[in-house]
Order: sequence, then structure tokens, then C-alpha cells
Amino acid sequence: MIWDWAFAFEILPVLARAAIVSIEATLIGFALAASLGLVLAVVRIAVPWTGWTISVLVELIRSTPLLIQIFFLYFVFPKFGVVLDAFTAGVLAIGIHYAAYCSEVYRAGFDNIHRGQWEASIALNLSSWTTFRDIIIPQAIPPIVPALGNYLVALFKETPLLSAIAVLELMQTAKIIGSETFRYTEPTTLVGLFFLAMSLVSAALIRSLERLLNRRTMR
Amino acid sequence: MTEQPMVRFDNVSKRYGALTVLDGLNLEIAHGEKVSIIGPSGSGKTTVLRMLMTLETINDGVIWVEGQPLTHMERNGKLVPADLAHIRKIRAKIGMVFQSFNLFPHMTAMQNCIEAPITVLGMKRADAEARAADLLDMVGLSEKKDHYPSQLSGGQQQRVAIARACAMRPKIMLFDEVTSALDPELVGEVLEVIRKLGREHDLTMLMVTHQMGFAKEFSDRVCFFHAGKICEQGPPNELFGAPKNERTRQFLHAVLEAG
Amino acid sequence: MGIRTLVTLLVVALGVIAVLATQEAYSLFMPGLLQGAVLTVEIAVLGSLLAIVMGVLAALARMYGPAPLRWLATVYVEIFRGTSALVQLFWLFFVLPQFGVTLNAFLVAVLALGLNVGAYGSEVVRGAIQSVARGQWEASTALNMSRPQMLRRIILPQAFVAMIPPWGNLLIELLKSTALVSLITLSDLAFKAQQMNQNTFKTIPIFTLVLLMYLAMSLVLTIGMRLLERRASLGLARGRAA
Repeated sequence: MIWDWAFAFEILPVLARAAIVSIEATLIGFALAASLGLVLAVVRIAVPWTGWTISVLVELIRSTPLLIQIFFLYFVFPKFGVVLDAFTAGVLAIGIHYAAYCSEVYRAGFDNIHRGQWEASIALNLSSWTTFRDIIIPQAIPPIVPALGNYLVALFKETPLLSAIAVLELMQTAKIIGSETFRYTEPTTLVGLFFLAMSLVSAALIRSLERLLNRRTMR
Repeated sequence: MTEQPMVRFDNVSKRYGALTVLDGLNLEIAHGEKVSIIGPSGSGKTTVLRMLMTLETINDGVIWVEGQPLTHMERNGKLVPADLAHIRKIRAKIGMVFQSFNLFPHMTAMQNCIEAPITVLGMKRADAEARAADLLDMVGLSEKKDHYPSQLSGGQQQRVAIARACAMRPKIMLFDEVTSALDPELVGEVLEVIRKLGREHDLTMLMVTHQMGFAKEFSDRVCFFHAGKICEQGPPNELFGAPKNERTRQFLHAVLEAG
Repeated sequence: MGIRTLVTLLVVALGVIAVLATQEAYSLFMPGLLQGAVLTVEIAVLGSLLAIVMGVLAALARMYGPAPLRWLATVYVEIFRGTSALVQLFWLFFVLPQFGVTLNAFLVAVLALGLNVGAYGSEVVRGAIQSVARGQWEASTALNMSRPQMLRRIILPQAFVAMIPPWGNLLIELLKSTALVSLITLSDLAFKAQQMNQNTFKTIPIFTLVLLMYLAMSLVLTIGMRLLERRASLGLARGRAA
């Protein structure tokens, strides 16, 4: 028999618990990516001489596989006497990887702010920190929310990579069920369906968010 | 044999949602006739050309080209919406020149003129090139044949576009505000080509234009459109000289005043 | 980043690899890693070809195909974009055999990555086609071209230029995703790295070399796409400024 419903229902609770780990990893990883990315983008503008270093760093991170970065962080920290558990190392790697992408999104957002806004802020003698906090960021963020949302979804779909360092998220759990029962069909398919459902829902959410933001800026 | 009109709009309507752009249009154009359409913007005049070129669907009525329905075909004595093969057969009689030229930017003037003759009409390349060379000569651009559209002025681009349309040997030519996107000093060269085309070729011409002087001198008949209807039509001398309708008078007054 | 900076980075990356390869701590890893890199390149190249073919086919099917084909293409795109690349890889590797279809790991790798990136690519192709000015469609209609003639001769050549940068990004993603195939037993660069790391615990030299190798491969791809873009847009807009 190719598909066993009873078996599928039996493993559902186990997978549901693992899904929580996947979602946790996504949310923490994205919080890290979004804030670190913002820091990178702001520093690049506020401290001009860092520009080149940051672009090379971003290029390095974006040009190499996340899986390698996960392995690297997981294995390299103990060399310096810091032992991170697999979840922390993995989420850290994901967060840093996506921070590189997010920083480019923020940068595009900042570039779209009219130069007059900067000049007006200088004319009002605002400090560059106040300019960012009160003038630039509030204008730059809303238009890029959908782009950030897309990276949130992309990040979520990369959490299965954590299975490579044995974090008990969805994919790893499905693999363990598979190797214990020799049935891969149900767990792997269920994991796939879970990702599909989450992606479709988030795509719809991002679309309506985009419409909402468009309407607000139209006014 | 009775003289078949070249084009006949039979009670044609076009709506976008609640907005009626054309309201029961009836219009006949005879073989070889030159007809200008004038009117305020939003009066539906461009829509007439776009429907005839099948760039817009129609909601009501039938368009006839040389006695054959364009967007419909006869089946068991009834008119049903036409399939693409039928539309393409009838559409082959019609050519169009656009306000924004719409030349193919990745092709030279020559390539623009031979593309459709080769792919659509199945002409041999040498024949298509000979025909295109003649037409580029007619529009005065022989020496620009290997230039890309981006290397040509607006007036030159529009003349290439006229040559391109002629290369398909249409019986009917549509001109949609062909000088509106041009700098004033380039308008003349394009109008001159259209004049020449009217003299030397056996073409039925239908043009939407803001050039009142040209419409007066060139056309056999002028139609004034207002709010989706033909408000007044007649020979240019009558329509421009002694307009009967109040709206026509107002429009002409406003346009001539500004011009 | 400008093309000159990218070339400089590539030269630096290759230079560092070359220098490290002369050091004893690094040199013993080089043969194994290079072997893995060859497999990585093979999978990336074949996967990219499949992705491009699938991207174009799926986009055309969704835009112009008859209803059943349109649905099929939509389902394909949604499934492969909606689930994770690793899940797709595992599904093809572990589950497909239970339906009686057993493919070797190499084929699974090419198939999964190609289909995955192809699904994203179809959106790129679709967007590029839609970005061609409406007047181009209208002019082609006025010249009585058929749909396939318009697409082949007028629309796709213009859409091609708009497609190159996003395809460049997608192919970089594909190249990076090849690391996942190490998880289905293929000895690519990532697999070799992990295997050597487990055997020797020389994490820093191994991963430094591996990261530099991936960086070099990505840079070659990026530079290649930039050059292609430059050439294509030159062809399209010859003297646009003139």
C-alpha cells in the first residue's frame, strides 16, 4: 500500500510538535535577520567608510551556501571554547545569512527616499541618528514590508537545512520516523504539504498587506 | 454589381464596465475614401480605429470589411463570434500606424519592414527586401535602412512605421494620431508621406487627427465625434466652413483659437 | 557591485586559494575538495539548463496554454515554490522509489534543483514578457502576426534582456542549493567538507577553502551574467542615446 492513512494520523502529533520547532527557528531567525540587516544598512550610510567592507561581507554571505555556513558555525564555535547547541548555531547562521539579504532590501528602501528629506533634516539641524529614527526609517519601511515578507517565507522554507545538524525540526523528525519505520512516503509528503500550506497562506497575506500599504501611500 | 462599402460599422457599441465609449456607431467608408475623425479626447474616436484593427473587442453590433464580417463569421446563416483564423484572414486587409510608432526596437528599419512580410505572408527574403527598399525610398529613408529605431528622430521613426504597415499591402490604412507624439517641426515630413501615400496608392484611409488643416485639405469626409457618437459629418468644406451642430462649432472654435 | 570589483574579488579569492594550497595544513585537503567541486559544477550546470527550460515552458504554458496545460503548469509552480528544496530532494530520493520509480542520486539532484529553480524562473519569464510595452503587441497584431510569431520574433527577444539579472540571481541560488545534495549521499563539495571535518576536526582550514571555492564559483557566474546582460542590452538598444 502506497499511502497509509492510519500511519499518517499516527505520526501527525509528532510532526506537529516538530512544526513548532520549525516555526520558532523561523521567527527567531527572521527577527535576527531583520534587525541585523537594518543595522548593516544604517551603518553603511551613517559611517561611509564601512561601505566597501559591508558590501564585500554581504557578497561573501550571499555567494556561499547556507548549509556550509550552518556547518561552519556549528563546528567552529567550540574551537574558541564556545559550545552552542545545534538549534542556536543553526538559527544564528540562518539569521546572519538572511541579514545579508535584508540589508539590501533596506538599502533599496533608503535609496528611494527623496534627497530633499535628507536635506530638510540637515536644514533643521537634526542629528543623523534622529534623521534615521524619525524621518528616514518611518518612510522607508512600509514600502519594503512585502519584500521582507517574501524573505520571511524564503527563510521558513530553508529551516529544513537544520536537519543537517540534527535539530529536531520537521524534516529531521520526518527522517527519523522514516528510518525507524521504513515508511518515508507519509512523513515526507506531510512535511511537504505543511510547507505548501504555510507558503500559500503567507503569499496571500503578503498580497493583501501590499494592497493595504499601497492604499495608504496613495492617500 | 453594387458598390460594396470598404468598411461598415453596423450599430457597434463598446463599453468598459459602466462606461460607454461608443454608442451604436453606424459608419460606412467607401473604397478609396479618405475619412478623418476629429473630436475632443475621450469621445471614442481612437476606439473606432482600435476596434477595426481588432485591438479591442466589441460589445454589440457587427463590423463589415468588404462585405465580410470582421469579428464574426457566418455559420448556418447566423453570425457567431469569429475564430482567430477568420479574424486573421480579414485583418490582413488592414494596416495601422500608431501614435507612439511602436517600432520593434531590436530590429533595424529594414528588418522592421520585412519581418511580417516574411513571417506572415511567407515572402522570400529577397522579395521582401526589394519591396521594403521601395517603401523606405517612398518615405525618404533609403539611407537609414540599417539604423535602429533609437538612432532615428521621431519623424523618421514614424515614416518607417508607415513603410512597415504598407509592406503588408493593406487595402485600408488606419492612422491613430500619428503626429501627436512628434515635435512640431517634424510633423510636416510625416504628413507629406501620408499625402504621397494617398496620391500614389489605391488605399482607403481612416485617420484620427488633431491637425485640422491637414484634415481639411486631405480628406473626402470629416466625422466629428462627441461622447461616443458621430455628432456631425460631411465634406471638409462644409464641416469646417459651416458647421451645423452647436458642439461642432464650439469644438472647432476652441481648437482653431488655440492653434 | 561593479563588474570590476567582482573581478577583483574573484582574483583575490582564487589567489588566496592558491596560496593556501601551498600550506601544509591546507594542501592535503585540496585534491578531495577539488573532486567534490567538479561534481558540484556538473550538478549546477545540468540543473541550470533544466531550470531554464522548465521556467520558459511553465511561463508560456501558464500564459498562453490551453486550460489543462495552464492548470498543470500552475500546480507545478505552486508546489515547487511552496515547499522547500530539501523536502523536494528527499521526496524524490526516498518517496519516489516507493511508487516504483528509482532514480540514481545524481539524477534526483539535477531534477530536484532544476524543477525547484525552474518554478521560480517561470515567474521571472512571465514578468519579463509582461514588461514588454503593450504597443509592441499591438503593432504585431496590426501586422497580422500569429501569437507564436509575435512571441518568438518580437516579444521574447525584448523580454530576454529584462530576464538576465533575475535569472542570474536564481542561478546563484541554484549553485548554492547544490550543497543540499550532500544530504542524499552525493560526494559534492559540501559532502567532502563535512566528511573531512568529521575525520580530522580541522574545521577552519577545510571550511575556509570550501567557502572560498563556492565564492569563486558564484563570482564566475555573476560576472558571466553581467557580461551577457551588457551584450544583450547593447544589441537591443544600439545607440539608444544617439
